[in-house]
Amino acid sequence: MPAVQLPGDLQLQTALQLLQQSGREVSVDAAPGSVTWLQAVVDALCDLSSRDALTGLANRRQFELTIGREIDRVARSGEPALVLMVDIDHFKAVNDTHGHPAGDQVLKAVAQALQDGVRPMDTVARYGGEEFAIILPSCPPAFGHVAAERIRARVAATPVTVAPGVDVTVTVSLGGAFAPQWVRSSAALWVERADRQLYRAKSEGRNRVCLEPAAVYQVSAEEKSMLFASSQFQDLE
Amino acid sequence: MNAPTDSSERSAAPAAGRRARTIAITSGKGGVGKTFMAANLAAALARRGERVLVLDADLGLANLDVVLNLQPKITLHDVFTGKSPLEAAILPAPGGFSVLLAGSGLVEYSRLTGEVREQLMSILDQVKPRFDVILLDTGAGISDVVLFAVSLADEVLVVATPEPTSLTDAYATIKVLVTQQGRRQVRLVVNQTGRTGEGRAIRNQLQQVVDRYVAPALIGPGETVKIELLGDVPTDPAVREAVLKRQLLLETLPGCAAAKAIAALAEKIAG
Repeated sequence: MPAVQLPGDLQLQTALQLLQQSGREVSVDAAPGSVTWLQAVVDALCDLSSRDALTGLANRRQFELTIGREIDRVARSGEPALVLMVDIDHFKAVNDTHGHPAGDQVLKAVAQALQDGVRPMDTVARYGGEEFAIILPSCPPAFGHVAAERIRARVAATPVTVAPGVDVTVTVSLGGAFAPQWVRSSAALWVERADRQLYRAKSEGRNRVCLEPAAVYQVSAEEKSMLFASSQFQDLE
Repeated sequence: MNAPTDSSERSAAPAAGRRARTIAITSGKGGVGKTFMAANLAAALARRGERVLVLDADLGLANLDVVLNLQPKITLHDVFTGKSPLEAAILPAPGGFSVLLAGSGLVEYSRLTGEVREQLMSILDQVKPRFDVILLDTGAGISDVVLFAVSLADEVLVVATPEPTSLTDAYATIKVLVTQQGRRQVRLVVNQTGRTGEGRAIRNQLQQVVDRYVAPALIGPGETVKIELLGDVPTDPAVREAVLKRQLLLETLPGCAAAKAIAALAEKIAG
């Protein structure tokens, strides 16, 4: 790395090393040390700090930021948005059978398949471990299931070569929930709702999509009969 | 946000750092006395020295003006379209409180568009520093507009009558508010009761069904939903009389049983 004349006593050596290590070139048509160049360094650092090191997807921090903005946007515009929680099925078995480097390769391949399966405006994030989260803004209910199903099929159809002659095919389970279209809700609640659907997809056999059913406004016959159970009213006589 | 000032609204000058408690009044079923309750509760709260605003959030079929016998020249419609400043639309009502009336020209806003959301949120932000209590009189049903209006409020008051249809709709409303908006506490007013303890019985019945069918589906372990009975308002011929005269019950017949019951509700709300 060439010596750079920095304004004041700015120490950027570590920052530049980090960028180099992550393969990010600060390539702008500006003299090293200039304001434009510094801005490019800062931008690259921001990008670095918002991504997952292994998969290159948005990291948890970036996800929280994006979903917070999205929930605000939905509350104001009323446009539907979907959040999908995605979990690799039986991932532990991959690690146990083929080793952790193979597990990493599977994570990378699934991340790529997820990214390839969504629109540019969607945010795919590594949520933690073998769990991913996808935010799909402006996603009408009819499109939600199609999109989630497309992602599921794409992963299932993508074998990962983890060693010469060794292909591993994994599947994913997806759970989704549409954004609450009311002000009084939170990003955490939204994610939890999607998580519940992911849990349902897992318990119903994995390699499937479960979206939260549309809100049930109807009152069932059972509920009605309990509502009008006479005992409470008779007590008054 | 700076609250606009207006010489005619001195009583509603902003108190430093204070913001109104916002209470949505909703019911599911129409015709249970929601608007009547909003207007008379407002009068009862005003009588206790609270600065009260009733916002007619029933944008499609507003009728607070009818209940209060007001012929507003300026309504929310004019504020929405930019024809009038918000200030001019805040009108004094009989009973010592203020109203923001929707007016019949708002049919075009009965759908929940981004514009309606923005407008309602912005209007509430502007009036909150100027009042102690804001009552949002929502429409009947559980349409998007109603649910959105309720979502803007700190507290929810569900009005029901002992009729089975009203009870069913009150339950459906509570269910939606709990599951979709994360409400964990709902206050209940049972209107037109026929005997002592009827409100209590209805609350218990609602609570039981909620505990059985709604609470178990909630996310957090051990999460509960509390339905609190704010009070009963007994069937009272004086109510019909006041409604037909388009007057506030608390103004015309403050000594009647229903008026006393509403005053008791206000006392509980003001706590």
